[in-house]
Amino acid sequence: MAADTDSDDRGLRKGKWAPYGLLSPGILWLVLFFLVPVMILIRTALSSKASRFANPEFSWQFSNFSSAFTDYGPQFARSFLFAGIATVSAILIGYPLAYWIATQGGRWKNLLIGLVVVPFFTSYLIRTIAWTSILKDDGVLLNIIHAIPFVPLDFRLLATPAGVIGGLTYNFLSFMILPIYVSLEKIDFRLTEAAADLYGTPWQAFRKVVLPLSMPGVFAGSLLVFIPAAGDYLNNRYLGSPKTSMIGTVVQDKFLVQFDYPVAAALSLVLMAIITTMVLIYSKFLGTEGLAV
Amino acid sequence: MVMSEGVAPPYLPRELEEPGKPRRGSNPTGRAGSKWGRRILTAFACLVYLYLFLPLINIIVFTFNDPAGRYNISWDGFTLNNWLDPFKDRELTDAFVRSLEVAVLSISIALIMGSLVAIALARYRFTGSRGIEIFLVLPLTTPEIVLGASLYQLFLGRNVVFGFSTVVIAHVMFCVSFVALTVKARVRGFDWTLEDAAMDLGASPWRSFRKITFPLILPGIVAAALLSFALSLDDYIVTDFTKGEFTTFPIQVNNAFRVSFPPQVNVLATMVLIVSVLLLVLTSVRGEKAASR
Repeated sequence: MAADTDSDDRGLRKGKWAPYGLLSPGILWLVLFFLVPVMILIRTALSSKASRFANPEFSWQFSNFSSAFTDYGPQFARSFLFAGIATVSAILIGYPLAYWIATQGGRWKNLLIGLVVVPFFTSYLIRTIAWTSILKDDGVLLNIIHAIPFVPLDFRLLATPAGVIGGLTYNFLSFMILPIYVSLEKIDFRLTEAAADLYGTPWQAFRKVVLPLSMPGVFAGSLLVFIPAAGDYLNNRYLGSPKTSMIGTVVQDKFLVQFDYPVAAALSLVLMAIITTMVLIYSKFLGTEGLAV
Repeated sequence: MVMSEGVAPPYLPRELEEPGKPRRGSNPTGRAGSKWGRRILTAFACLVYLYLFLPLINIIVFTFNDPAGRYNISWDGFTLNNWLDPFKDRELTDAFVRSLEVAVLSISIALIMGSLVAIALARYRFTGSRGIEIFLVLPLTTPEIVLGASLYQLFLGRNVVFGFSTVVIAHVMFCVSFVALTVKARVRGFDWTLEDAAMDLGASPWRSFRKITFPLILPGIVAAALLSFALSLDDYIVTDFTKGEFTTFPIQVNNAFRVSFPPQVNVLATMVLIVSVLLLVLTSVRGEKAASR
């Protein structure tokens, strides 16, 4: 974390111009193609557009923001609800795995954590399409579920909120496992022995010692899952239905299909503002290091 | 975005970064809990791995499918034809090649700019470094849809022709932050006085960089290259907003999905998977050797 940077300053130079020279190409790129475009997006969000093919005119049109909320409240609510459930599910699924690797991985740790990364090497879109093939109504999985007594025979997973949340959880699960694993790796597990010597049960040792020490990883992982999940539209496109549309669906459609730029810009800025607030609160307490996976 | 979506940013195990340091997470006595607790945890971990790999298994199995219709999502019979003719779909193959071109060019640019930023941050003490660190995290914690939308507005406003170059600009943008933070995390705490020692012994600044600094940061750069390659190849959302008529592999798969989903998609995805896993294993093994030296 940020706090221990000061301890490793062997030979750190107090450069005058050199660091700025090294920084400038990369930072300039980010200013030109990240910071300035976001400014332009803010300008668009405050513009009005006379017709579908007219250019947006800047006019302090704050009503774009209010109509973003009033017209697309359900999509916002669904985005944050789905992303929130996906984040909690990812903690519940990912934490035990990270804990198992950290405590029982032994000499296989490298391989085991490497395996967590492997799904990233196939396209996210193709993985999602693979899920449609697994979850489809006449597929093997649904066939097994339908064999269970009392399950309604019209039970399905595709085109339901459960399908979308499942896809979001799956696609971003590794972002949860990696930071939790990193924070667990830093823990000296002899502390749990000390807890046992002091008559703590294994559960108490976990809850009072290990869990608090691994919270930075859980917070970092939560952000890394929540952020892409809240803005996603592919999982909804393939695993959901128009009834499960999220804010990303609306933004994509408004920008690339309907050319309604001002409202779309307002929508995406509201999403960004909420998420950036969460990130700033996080980095205030825990620094930025944990987010750099 | 971690690493946005994709942020998606996976990475190599931490042990690789700190050769020679004792493994802090080791648990010599294995007293992490009761015997049954550990068994349940192991079983759960196996289930999570199954969950992580289920879509990949599905993708690989379906490379051997002989679909009856135009959608390769239901099992219709075994064939080797897809592997014998992986480049059958001309448009898909072209898009695949374009994806590789975009990835190679973007990460080459991003690696140079990002590594320079990382060196500046890891090695110099200067005013504004904390601000720069937060600024670097922002592109990764901004939802991809906002990154895409704002670049879309920039290019549209300046009448830029959407295509290869706009996609590369976008990919460089999200890879720069990623490379800078990954490399920085790995070079933090190096003893930079080694460079002074080299120069005291008469080495030129360039020679001391080539012989001392570069080998020290190389593992970080390799890891960053591998992971940003995956990020770029996999990216859907930012590319969707900056592509115009240009198509990359995921975009082509999505566009064609309205009419077909040929098994060659699975074959090409499986090829990428195999090559990436081999590279991952190779770099892990080399890191292991370096660590044991």
